Amino acid sequence: MKNQNHASFLCLAAMAVLVLWAAGLRAAEDDPPLSETDQCLSCHLDDDVMPQDYGEHDIHMQKGLSCAGCHGGDPANDDMDDSMSPAAGYVGIPDKKDIPRFCGKCHSDIDFMRQYQPAIQTDQAEQYGHSVHGAKLMRGDTSVAVCTSCHSGHNIMPASDPRSTVYALNVPETCNKCHGDAQYMKKYDIPTDQYEKFKKSVHGQALLEEQDTGAPACNDCHGNHGAMPPGITSISHVCGTCHINNMEYFAGTKMAAGFKKKKLHGCEECHGNHEVPKPSDKMIGDDKSSVCAQCHESGDKGFLTARVLRTRLDTLAAAYRKASVMKERVNSLGMDDLDIEFILQEAKQSLTKARTMIHTFDTLKVSALTTEGLVKNQQAIREARVQIEAYYIRRKGLGASTFIITLLIVALYLKIREIERRQKSTTGEV
Amino acid sequence: MKRNRFLNIILGGGTLAWLGSIFYPVFSFLNPPKRPEANVHSVKAGPADKLAVNSGEIIKFGRRPVLLIRMDTGEVRAFSATCTHLDCIVQYRQDSKQIWCACHNGYYDLRGRNISGPPPRPLDVYPVNIVNNEIIVSKPKQMG
Amino acid sequence: MLSDTGQKLYHWLDERFNLTPLIDYMQHKQVPVHKHSVWYYMGGVALFLFIVQVCSGILLLFYYQPGVDSSHESVRFIMTKVNFGWLVRSVHSWSANLMVFFVFVHMFSTFFTRAYQKPRELTWMTGFILLVLAMTFGFSGYLLPWDELAFFATKVGTDIAGAVPLIGEAMKIVLRGGDDVTGATLSRFYAIHVAMIPALFTVILGLHLLFVQRQGMHEPEAFKKLKPEQKKMIPFFPNFVLRDVLLWLIILNILLFLAVLFPWELGPKADPFVSAPEGIRPEWYFMFMFQFLKMLPAHIGFMEGEVAGILFFTLGGLVWLLTPLWAFKKRGKVDIMLLCGLLVIAFILVMTVIGYVY
Repeated sequence: MKNQNHASFLCLAAMAVLVLWAAGLRAAEDDPPLSETDQCLSCHLDDDVMPQDYGEHDIHMQKGLSCAGCHGGDPANDDMDDSMSPAAGYVGIPDKKDIPRFCGKCHSDIDFMRQYQPAIQTDQAEQYGHSVHGAKLMRGDTSVAVCTSCHSGHNIMPASDPRSTVYALNVPETCNKCHGDAQYMKKYDIPTDQYEKFKKSVHGQALLEEQDTGAPACNDCHGNHGAMPPGITSISHVCGTCHINNMEYFAGTKMAAGFKKKKLHGCEECHGNHEVPKPSDKMIGDDKSSVCAQCHESGDKGFLTARVLRTRLDTLAAAYRKASVMKERVNSLGMDDLDIEFILQEAKQSLTKARTMIHTFDTLKVSALTTEGLVKNQQAIREARVQIEAYYIRRKGLGASTFIITLLIVALYLKIREIERRQKSTTGEV
Repeated sequence: MKRNRFLNIILGGGTLAWLGSIFYPVFSFLNPPKRPEANVHSVKAGPADKLAVNSGEIIKFGRRPVLLIRMDTGEVRAFSATCTHLDCIVQYRQDSKQIWCACHNGYYDLRGRNISGPPPRPLDVYPVNIVNNEIIVSKPKQMG
Repeated sequence: MLSDTGQKLYHWLDERFNLTPLIDYMQHKQVPVHKHSVWYYMGGVALFLFIVQVCSGILLLFYYQPGVDSSHESVRFIMTKVNFGWLVRSVHSWSANLMVFFVFVHMFSTFFTRAYQKPRELTWMTGFILLVLAMTFGFSGYLLPWDELAFFATKVGTDIAGAVPLIGEAMKIVLRGGDDVTGATLSRFYAIHVAMIPALFTVILGLHLLFVQRQGMHEPEAFKKLKPEQKKMIPFFPNFVLRDVLLWLIILNILLFLAVLFPWELGPKADPFVSAPEGIRPEWYFMFMFQFLKMLPAHIGFMEGEVAGILFFTLGGLVWLLTPLWAFKKRGKVDIMLLCGLLVIAFILVMTVIGYVY
């Protein structure tokens, strides 16, 4: 069995190389297209029996691996029975449960794959075996996703291609095909609203609306081939891959240790998972809407800390708003707001840092940052006042020039009268 | 006659004062301000040998802060110092030889590309020229 | 000592240029004094404001940089960084508006006192050309700060020019320097504003002033009928000139007051790719035309409404320019010209008010 596998693989590989070589030759000599030289294609296209999901941009097709590349058979033979016989290496349509192995024949073999891309990964099938999908498939559940569920069967494109089903922006849709289908997911007893929630989350907004491929899609937290819900211990590491400071700050707190003991998820308890909203200062504090109040009770130490932290943030945020309004005023008066802008940038940075520092729940550390920010804000407001005053000093200048001109007007008026009196007295003219 | 003379003095003095109040603003208008141009196309950032190897420095480029870095090779590079995540000011880290944002621990490499942490985009690169030992940072070239 | 040197200098010049007859002429020139004399000063005020425009304009040129990336920035720079830049810019804008206003006042005062009659036909016509040039000054200068309102107002303005039959489209493209209002338009308007119109304006203004000096002040009907000994006159120099200067000083005071207490604003930078903001309107002196064109129905007879409107204003302008050639004489108590003038003023006022209220 194993030998046979090897033999057929070698055969396949040889064929693939041949086809590739042929494709290269064709490109060089402008030979007829693959659809005419490849007998599988030429018949299947003529009889209109191509796979439903076939797309001509399919990467295998692009690299010259035509139908026979995966399904075996002899593409040079135009006799249907002969070319599609086991003797010709024909393997036909694989069962769903066999697909990971089917794809893995090539994709798990670095010796074969490296000719396409030297650093290509070949552990997908291996990882798949450790995913929830893979584990269930092993146990005979064929409802789960296999390679083709996500990558499609005959329209496979690399993840970097925006047309691909696994391109960052398309991943949520792809996962949602199954995970959003309540009927389909019924037997698994997991929610099916992840996509809807994700769409509203700060990550979803960035990814789907702003089309920011730097934002995480499903696979960035769950993994792709080894997809699994992150465990309690790993959740803060999952978030921490990007939110490094927040993770480190939180990991050092007593609360983190307490969470671990109570089997609470780190970041998720406060920020949620799929629907993680854009964080706001309202999340912390002692009012009912704050996340602290979900566990802490009025009077306990954490409650007190939350109140202090919130006050610190609110004070700085209000001061920053006030200073920004002053800056706008300076700007609208047509005065110079450049230096104020630089100072405000620093004030904002202190606020951002303080908001991150919240994750230490250390009032001293947060206060140090907010005080730094308040000082900057004060400085900005002082600068703004100087500018606004300078603006009004202009009016004093106006007063001086008005005085001079008015004086001149009066003097000139008297002079005219004097001249005319003199003229009258000398000429006697009316 | 005395009144007439007084009037002439007022007229003459007033005219002189008036000329002063016209020419003072005009001459100070013509006197170039500290930053002599509306658009900053390039900024002189001091002598190149004053910037130590493996160190960074924030300079003002018009309305924007710019991070000037002198790499181990001696080459000087400049990047927008505003982090692409939440607008904090980034800094050069001498230990890891990377650009680092302290707010959320974002890292950029020495070509300004975001390599770790939350920053979603690379930093803008400002062309740097050194003329007669003077570092001159220019505005990034715009597309099109 | 000082007056001695002055005498010598005068003598030196007089010997070469024969100045004495000129001075004599000025001293003997008489200006009538009557209840409508105040209108004699309006042209002088407009002239003063033009001088202010030239001076402040030249100052602005020291820092202004035309270009999509620099126009708005340099005006902002002038307003924030340059010493007294805010004042110079504000004076330039205010003075421009006051100048157009006084040119209008001057024009209507000469119209109502029938000063355009023989022999002053050409003075009237050059004056009308100066008005058109002043408005072109305003239109071209409005765009130069490259702010949002100016950008869209220019778009609309040049669109209207494009609606003129036959030559409109070509005119629009020449004005815009392309199909759209872009940096190319800015360059063109800059050239028009600081080189073309000033040159034309100076020549025509020279002619206009030459005519006025040569022909002397116009005497209204009632004044003309008086016997020579009843006519009250003052010498042009120094009496009239000093009064002119007195008024100029008052205007300067008002101008500075407006410029400092109501500094001219600079809107947000023009962005060709956002939709037009609300409240796009031309400068006030174009408002009556803009509003009238807006109110016209889509079609008038066989013509498009806009085309008809443009035709109307073109013909109206032509008729107004040629007033001295067709003006009706006053017959008995019916003064047709007075009615004409009042009708034009009423039309301009009503349209302007509608334009601003609605």
